[in-house]
Amino acid sequence: MPDSVGKKDQIYVCRCEEVTLEEIDEWIDKGYDTVEELKRVLRVGMGPCQGRGCQDILMREIAKKTGKHISEVEPATVRPPAKPIKIGLLAEGGEE
Amino acid sequence: MEWKNTADVVIIGGGIIGVSTAYYLAKEGMENIVLIEKGTICGGSTGRCGAGIRAQWGTEMNCRLGIAALDIFEQLDDELGMSVGLNQGGYLLVAYNEEEFETLRKGMVLQNSLGINSRMISLKEAREICPGLSADDAFGFFFHGRDGHADPFLTTFAYLEAAKKMGVTCFRHTTCTGIVVEDNVVKGVETERGTISAPIVINCAGAYAQFIAKMAGIDIPNWGERHEIMITEPVAPGVCPCMLMSFSGNYYIQQRPHGSIICGMSPEGHPEDFEMKTTWNFLEEMSRTLVRLLPRTKGIRVARQWSGMYDMTPDAQPIIGETDVKNFYHSTGYSGHGFMLAPVAGKILAQHLAGKTPDIDFSMLDYRRFARGEHIRESNVV
Repeated sequence: MPDSVGKKDQIYVCRCEEVTLEEIDEWIDKGYDTVEELKRVLRVGMGPCQGRGCQDILMREIAKKTGKHISEVEPATVRPPAKPIKIGLLAEGGEE
Repeated sequence: MEWKNTADVVIIGGGIIGVSTAYYLAKEGMENIVLIEKGTICGGSTGRCGAGIRAQWGTEMNCRLGIAALDIFEQLDDELGMSVGLNQGGYLLVAYNEEEFETLRKGMVLQNSLGINSRMISLKEAREICPGLSADDAFGFFFHGRDGHADPFLTTFAYLEAAKKMGVTCFRHTTCTGIVVEDNVVKGVETERGTISAPIVINCAGAYAQFIAKMAGIDIPNWGERHEIMITEPVAPGVCPCMLMSFSGNYYIQQRPHGSIICGMSPEGHPEDFEMKTTWNFLEEMSRTLVRLLPRTKGIRVARQWSGMYDMTPDAQPIIGETDVKNFYHSTGYSGHGFMLAPVAGKILAQHLAGKTPDIDFSMLDYRRFARGEHIRESNVV
């Protein structure tokens, strides 16, 4: 097994913004136990993928640490656009 | 966290104004401070703002507050023990006609008289500050190098963590449902979770402050105005190192140190609005503005768009001070610049409540100025 297994400082939950499990646990312990607050303090889920890769893991971690069921953990607000779009394309009204 | 039935002061609102007020009150030695927030900390206007901080204002009061806030921001990392992401790339203001140029020039003269070293600059210098800027149609430019931006999330959380260390209690997910008033004196707040008795209550509820005020029978001219904003994927630095802003051009654009470009504009007709909706029109129009001003942004991708509320007042200046209900205070109505003024706003109200002479006399920001017709409209607002 690789050395990184179980080392929270080497487990990247959010790859876009490079946020580790250790940082997430640290801020949940400080009372920042909502997706919205963790997003704001750590930028987790704020990268180009918009949390597609990390939000489920983040919600599971909050549920685990707070003893809530995952259905009680609110996901972050979904914000458009659905995927990153070039400014040039938008400026032309969506036609290249 | 254990509920509190009593407090020495209750602050309503977990945005930057409420949190900074809590911090400075604790620093002044006040004990048993409770802050209540209906959602999460930094979940309203603060967390949605454009993050700019500046001293280039058109009214003397805003200039005084702006430069005092910059003074605090410049040493805030040390004071709070956490980085607030300060980045002073300056604000580059663009005038597109003679009238606007004259308004900004008068502002500069006022700013200079108050120790703010803003200056008029040429197109050539504007291009040195903001490489790739396309503004041949501009009439003139003004610049202040100490302006810039800070991270609104980190600033709020840094204040909150420092406040907690000094004993401030913060209840999130706690909606204020009433203000307890007896014989025209405030006695506490009612919430969904119970009543907290307190001899002092401070309304820092931003665009919702008018509703909180009404619970105590106070009418303040304050409303929410929805503004849209967007951010790009992070790209290499140097695309827009300063805050590029124009009031008539209706835009503000700045690249964060993180690499993303954040930009916004005012909504057409400035409607009163509490809906956090986003529109396709904004994406298109903002993108056209970006391509016109900074042509090389056309290949950069928009990652996200959202909206937030300016907590407006008729003169675009804040409401700070006591109300007709004794010991019921307000610190609200920052009209889109609450984040940048928060350090000084929290500090001066705390000084006043501690019985000291505040660094800045804020008596003219009394909410009754509107009824008296004494307000002067701030011109420098996008």
